[in-house]
Amino acid sequence: MKQIIIFALIVIAGTGGELCVSRAMKKVGEARSFRPGAVAQVILRALRVPWMWVGVGMMATAFFALLGALSMFNVSFVVPVTALSYVAGAFGGAAFLGEQVNRQRWLGVLLVAIGVTLVFLGNR
Amino acid sequence: MTLRRTFHLKTYLLIAVMIIAGPLGNVLLGKGMKHIGELAVWPPHQLLHAGLKIFTTGAVWLGIVSLITFFVAYMLALSWADYSFVQPASSLAYGVVALLAYWMLGEQISPLRWAGIAVICFGVFVVSRTNPRTTGAPLA
Repeated sequence: MKQIIIFALIVIAGTGGELCVSRAMKKVGEARSFRPGAVAQVILRALRVPWMWVGVGMMATAFFALLGALSMFNVSFVVPVTALSYVAGAFGGAAFLGEQVNRQRWLGVLLVAIGVTLVFLGNR
Repeated sequence: MTLRRTFHLKTYLLIAVMIIAGPLGNVLLGKGMKHIGELAVWPPHQLLHAGLKIFTTGAVWLGIVSLITFFVAYMLALSWADYSFVQPASSLAYGVVALLAYWMLGEQISPLRWAGIAVICFGVFVVSRTNPRTTGAPLA
């Protein structure tokens, strides 16, 4: 039960947080330069978008759940299990950000999910 | 045409930074947390004790620095490429995590798990052949 809760937290809070951050960054606009000043400016602009804060909060929650999981299991088990977020990510990208996920991309996401399942089963 | 190539080069460069810094961060966190051992989070004073242990472990801090590098590269990539492109493309990181966990932490990885990683890489190849951007240009 503890395992299910901790992995659910990592996947749901992690994916939700990334979607919020992505939404915020789309609002901020494209980063045009890699000069430290320009990068800092993009980060400062990003911090003024509320979605960024919601996203960062969710990702922090996911981070501490990840630390908890890593104290119990091997890295090469924990990280593949967290890849369950790919399914959530594709649905979320389509529903929440209006991205068109075409058939080929869905196929790629499906393959990644199958691979993740094999990795998971290989732990047994 | 040149613009399009620069766009792809930028995206792939950032993804390369992501798939090295991200896994390295996770492996370092794993190293630190293994060193600490399983944590009790209840009652609250135990949680405080756990937090103190976590943030006085050097490997955890190195892991956090590595993950921040990953996060900055990720944010920059997301500002011009789709989430549902960047996230699957960065899944090559699963291969890197397994390699690093094997080399740095001596974790045993079964053949079935390696097979799974190969399937993931194929999935990544399929995804990376699709257009990185499907929504309109951001306000600029």
